[in-house]
Amino acid sequence: MKNKLKSIPIILLFIFTFFMPACFASGINSGELIKNAKQYDGKLVTYSGEVIGDVMLRGKFAWVNISDGDNAIGVWMSADLAKDIKFSGSYRSKGDNYEVVGTFHRFCLQHGGDMDIHAQAIRKIASGRALNQRLNIDKKNLSIILLGILFSIWILTLFKKKSKMS
Amino acid sequence: MILKPGIEDLKIIGFYLGKIILGLAFTMVIPILMAFCFKEVNPALDFIIAIEISVLLGLLLIKICHTDKDLNWMQGMIVVSLSWIIAMVLGAIPLYLSGHWKSFLDACFDAMSGFATTGLTLVQDLDHMSYTHNLWRHLIMFLGGQGIVVIALSFFVRGFSGAFKMYVGEAREEKIMPNVIHTSRFIWMVSIVYLILGTLALGITGICNGMKPVNSFFHGACIFMAAFDTGGFSPQSQSMLYYHSPVYEIITIIIIVLGALNFKMHYHLWTGNRKEIFRDIETVTFFSTITATFAIVAVGLAQIGSYPSVFVLFRKGFYQLISAHTGTGFQTIYAQQFFSDWNPLALTGVIMAMALGGAVCSTTGAIKMLRIGIILKAIKEDVKRIIMPERAVIAEKFHHIKEVFLEDKIVRGALIITLFYIILYGLGALVGMFYGNSFLESLFESTSAAANVGLSCGITHAAMPAVLKITYIIQMWAGRLEFMSVFTILGFLYAVLKGK
Repeated sequence: MKNKLKSIPIILLFIFTFFMPACFASGINSGELIKNAKQYDGKLVTYSGEVIGDVMLRGKFAWVNISDGDNAIGVWMSADLAKDIKFSGSYRSKGDNYEVVGTFHRFCLQHGGDMDIHAQAIRKIASGRALNQRLNIDKKNLSIILLGILFSIWILTLFKKKSKMS
Repeated sequence: MILKPGIEDLKIIGFYLGKIILGLAFTMVIPILMAFCFKEVNPALDFIIAIEISVLLGLLLIKICHTDKDLNWMQGMIVVSLSWIIAMVLGAIPLYLSGHWKSFLDACFDAMSGFATTGLTLVQDLDHMSYTHNLWRHLIMFLGGQGIVVIALSFFVRGFSGAFKMYVGEAREEKIMPNVIHTSRFIWMVSIVYLILGTLALGITGICNGMKPVNSFFHGACIFMAAFDTGGFSPQSQSMLYYHSPVYEIITIIIIVLGALNFKMHYHLWTGNRKEIFRDIETVTFFSTITATFAIVAVGLAQIGSYPSVFVLFRKGFYQLISAHTGTGFQTIYAQQFFSDWNPLALTGVIMAMALGGAVCSTTGAIKMLRIGIILKAIKEDVKRIIMPERAVIAEKFHHIKEVFLEDKIVRGALIITLFYIILYGLGALVGMFYGNSFLESLFESTSAAANVGLSCGITHAAMPAVLKITYIIQMWAGRLEFMSVFTILGFLYAVLKGK
């Protein structure tokens, strides 16, 4: 019995080393998941995309919304897994890209019937980064030209008023 | 004989249009302040350019068309309908400059959707949008919900008799206060008090849900504006699904129901006259039609058996239903799920709810409860006439603000507007079907646009044909203004061409 128990970690290590990468490799997109939700309900799926918005901690767990460009899907994961997320997508940053392996729920009973994925493992595919918002010179020039036109009209109006007075 | 409009008519229209444009330009200062707070330089420039164009156009119109004359009914109606089109174009400038819309037509679509409090959107990559542009998307709902002209009346126009003509042109007839300008200010006061309370409630809930404080209050303000004005835009692409929070859903339900009530009802509630809720024909009809349409949705959903429990069926079914009935458009399911998880019966329930709408003098669109209530009363009266002896005198009354006798003139008015809405829903559906969509899908999206709801079953996206985009823009515009000012402008154009 003891020998059998000892062998469990080795088996688990074997599964994680050889099977998990395969699991991560065959991904599914959000459109396919939503369209064929019945087919994937309760199954282990691999979904990848950019982390967007807030990472919402809820006790020992967290909600992370991951967008693949077409739709964003809520991923329920342990707070420990969510800790690794450095960047989430917003105006100022491109979010980390993650690959999630988890159970897909068409109507998750734990979460009031929402469509979600309960993550078992996540893997960072690409790190996010802060986005530099450089000043757009064309916009700056256009705003100055328009301001000039407005100012000219104002001056013309003043002259017109003065000439009427005199 | 039709008289050709004179130069004087055009000058009066141009002058008041100029004033409304200046009012609109003034509102663009708010996103600029937001841009300074969040140090968003390029978005600030987008709004500076939009303000400059608006001020330029407004000043030119005021200078060229300067007049001291007051508006007549026709001019008032034309000013209103044109001001909504100009607001769409000017409001679309900062949106288009942001780079989140594929074309200027798409930006115009979203601007009209915002001003008309619809909520259908063609935005790209919403999750990376700046705070500044996101605020503007929601602010235009807040402005459009109260009425673009109401803004001008409240802050930029000093009492003139033409004010009431423009106020009516924006599909509002009821004077809450004796004076129309005081009425406009009351509408603003109610909205701002609720804005503060709603933002606080949603902001605190957001923090409890794990959002960052700045984001939670920003989202709180945006969601409040979209909810109270029964608009339906949201700061993130997932709509309400982003928050994963039943509490957030409950708060938004309360806000959207408040938004669907007549502002006169708010006045009664604020002055302690709570009995009015149970007496007024609008609120009674509203709660009755919610019950009836939800029954249809629930039976449909139970039939198909998609949802694993009664609780889930209620949570999903009721939220989409109340969102549809109030003309809001928030979703707690993905657009595609309407056709994958809902059957035609449940969808018909939602389409019916969208077509009915909320109260008159509220921020909702569609046929509206007062008209439905009047039509139902008229049917009841006619049935009574058949049953009762011929000599019996039947006089039906209804309570709306005061006791009113049900006259044929009132019933006729209600029926005509109802008929126009049904035609508008149908025409949009025909265009949708022309582009290869099914009848139910086309009717769903068309009703959503014309009733200013914003729920989508997936037809509305950036790749849809330009004709369909223009059709929905016209539907949103005509639906929001309730036809009168739209017909006036058509009549005006006819008079320009054919008049003598």
